[in-house]
Amino acid sequence: MNELKASVLMRHEVGLHARPSVKLTKLAKAFKSKIDLGLSPDGPWIDAKSIVKVMATRAPKDSTIYFRAEGTDAKAALDALVMLVDGDFRDGP
Amino acid sequence: MDHRTQRAANRVEGRSAAPGIALGPLLRLITVKPEMRHSRSAAGDQKALADALEASRLDLVGLAGKVEDEDAEAILSFQIALLEDENLAAPAFERIADGEVASKAWVAAIDPEIASYDQADDAYFRARASDLRDLRDRVLRRLAGEVDQAVPSGVIVVAEDIPPSVFLATDWRDGGLALRRGSPSSHVAILARSRGVPMIVGVDIDQLESGTDAVLDGDAGALIVDPDPGLRADYDRRLTEQTEAREAASAFSGPVLTANGEPVRLMINVTGLAELRDMDSSKVDGIGLMRTEFLFQEHEQPPTEEEQYQIYRQMAEWAAGKPVTIRTLDAGGDKPIAGLTEPGDVNPFLGVRGVRLSLRRLDVFRLQLRALARAAVAGNLKVMIPMVTVPGELDRCRVLFQDVVDELRGEGQAAGMPPLGMMVEVPAAALTVEDFNADFYSIGSNDLIQYVMAASRDEPQLADLARPSRAVFNLIGHVVEHANGSGREVSLCGDLAGDPQQLASLLDQGLRSFSVAPGALGPVRAAIARYSGKAA
Repeated sequence: MNELKASVLMRHEVGLHARPSVKLTKLAKAFKSKIDLGLSPDGPWIDAKSIVKVMATRAPKDSTIYFRAEGTDAKAALDALVMLVDGDFRDGP
Repeated sequence: MDHRTQRAANRVEGRSAAPGIALGPLLRLITVKPEMRHSRSAAGDQKALADALEASRLDLVGLAGKVEDEDAEAILSFQIALLEDENLAAPAFERIADGEVASKAWVAAIDPEIASYDQADDAYFRARASDLRDLRDRVLRRLAGEVDQAVPSGVIVVAEDIPPSVFLATDWRDGGLALRRGSPSSHVAILARSRGVPMIVGVDIDQLESGTDAVLDGDAGALIVDPDPGLRADYDRRLTEQTEAREAASAFSGPVLTANGEPVRLMINVTGLAELRDMDSSKVDGIGLMRTEFLFQEHEQPPTEEEQYQIYRQMAEWAAGKPVTIRTLDAGGDKPIAGLTEPGDVNPFLGVRGVRLSLRRLDVFRLQLRALARAAVAGNLKVMIPMVTVPGELDRCRVLFQDVVDELRGEGQAAGMPPLGMMVEVPAAALTVEDFNADFYSIGSNDLIQYVMAASRDEPQLADLARPSRAVFNLIGHVVEHANGSGREVSLCGDLAGDPQQLASLLDQGLRSFSVAPGALGPVRAAIARYSGKAA
C-alpha cells in the first residue's frame, strides 16, 4: 500500500490546542487508514488519532503540519485533514 | 395493529427481587461495583479501571448534552476525547498488570501528563492541566464507587449493580430498580423489599436508554419498555391498587392473628436506623433481625465501639421494651468486607464467614460484644450468632461475652449479658439443634435452603432447586419441635417468612414467630389471617 503525504500551514491563533485537537483527532478517526502527524517533513511521527499525542506536540501558531497516511482511504483522509487545518478548524458545512 | 407482538417485543425479562409496580422514565446509572475497589487481582483492578473510565466518559457526555456555554462544552469535549484515547490510560493498565492497585496506577499514568501541561511555556497549554486534574479526580471518584448522577424520584434506575450506599442515598418514591447483576438475596434487594421499592435483577440492560418510558413489574420480574397505552392503563390501575393496599397495610395495627384467632408474633428485619425512621414500633412485635454487616460495609473503617453502641441503644429505645435481636457480624459469603474477609476465599459460602470469621478476628468481635453488652442495659436486647455449626462455637461466644461484660463492669460501665441465641442455617446445626446451649433460635432460611439443597441462590439456572423443599421443611420442623419442647423461643427470619405463599407451610411446622422486611408486613399479616390450621 502506498504511503501518501500532505502538509498544511496552521494559522489558528492559539495553535494546535484543545478544541482544534479534538476536531482533528475526531476527523482522523473517521478514516480507516493509519494516519500520522508531524511538525517536520521527516517526523518524528505521532498517531493523528490520539489526542494525548497530538496535544503533546504543542504545535504553535504558524507551524506547518505534516500528515502521512497509509490505507484504502488515505487520499480522502489527507484531503479532509488539510481542509480542516486550512479552514482554521471551523465547523464544516 | 398487532397489540400482542408489540407487547412481546418491548418486554425485557429478569427475575423478581422485590415486588411492586413502578412507572416512569428509565435512568441509566453507571456505578463501579464496590467489591472491585478491593479486588486483589490484576484482572479485577483492570476491569474496575475500565468501568470507571467508561462511567466517567458517560458522565461527561451527559454533562456536555446539558451545557450551553461554548467554553464549558469545549472543555468537556476535550476531556471526553482524552478518555476515548487509549493512550491516556495505557500506562495505568500496564502498571496494574505489574501489581499496582487501580487508583494508584491511574494517578501514576495521568500525573506525568498533568506535569507536562503545567510546565508548558504557553499559558493556554498550562491552563489545560486543570482539565486533566479534574478528569483524574473524576475517574478516582468513580473508582471509589461514588456516583455523580443525581437520581430524581419517580424514575426506573437501570444499572449493572449499585452499592447499598447509593441505594440508601436515593429517593425511591414511585421509583424502581433494574439491575444486570445482583440477586434476589443481595443486600440491595433486601433493602428494596424493606422499603417497598420494586426491583428486578438479571436484566439485559444494553439496549435500555435513559429517558425511555417504561413499566417495571417487580411481581413478574420484567421490564416493559415503551408500553402501549392499553398496557400502560392496566399498570396504572395496578399501581393505584398497590398504593391503596400499602396505605391500608400501614394503617392496620393490633395483634396478628390466624383465622382461628391464634396469635403470631411478627417482627421486622432491618439493617440500620434509617429504616426505623418512618416505622412505628407499636405496629410490630420488635426487631427479629438486625443485620450489622451494613455498619461495617458502608465505611472505610470498621465502626468504633461507641458508634455501634449508639446504634444498638437507639434501636432498643425505638422498640420501647419489645425485643431487638441483633445478629453479630455476618461477613463473608455474599457479604465481603474489605480488610476483614479473606479475598482469596475460593468458596466463600463454605469458607471463613459469620462466627467463623468473628472467632478469628477477636479484635473486631470483642468490640462488637462490648457495644452490645453496653446497649443491653438500655432495653430488651437479644444477641444471635450467625453460621454456628458446632456447639463449641456458641460456647466460645458465651465465654467471650461474659468476659467483656466483666471487663466493662470492671471499668465502671453499665453492662448486661443479654440472651444469647443462634442462627440455625447450617444443616449440621439444624440436625443436632438439641446439642447447643442457645437461649433462643432463629432459623435463617436463605442459607439453610442453599446449604440443604446444595444450590446457590444466586444461580438463575438453579432457581428450581434453590427453593424450600420437603427436606428444608422437615429440618425446620425438627428445630421448632425441639425449641417448643425445651421452652425456647424460635422464629424464622429469612426471605421465606416474607413470602405469603410459603407462610402456611411454615405455620404447619408449628412456627408462630416471624421476622420479615418492613415492606412485607402487610401481605404477611394478611396471609397469617387467612390461615386456618394444618390442612388434613
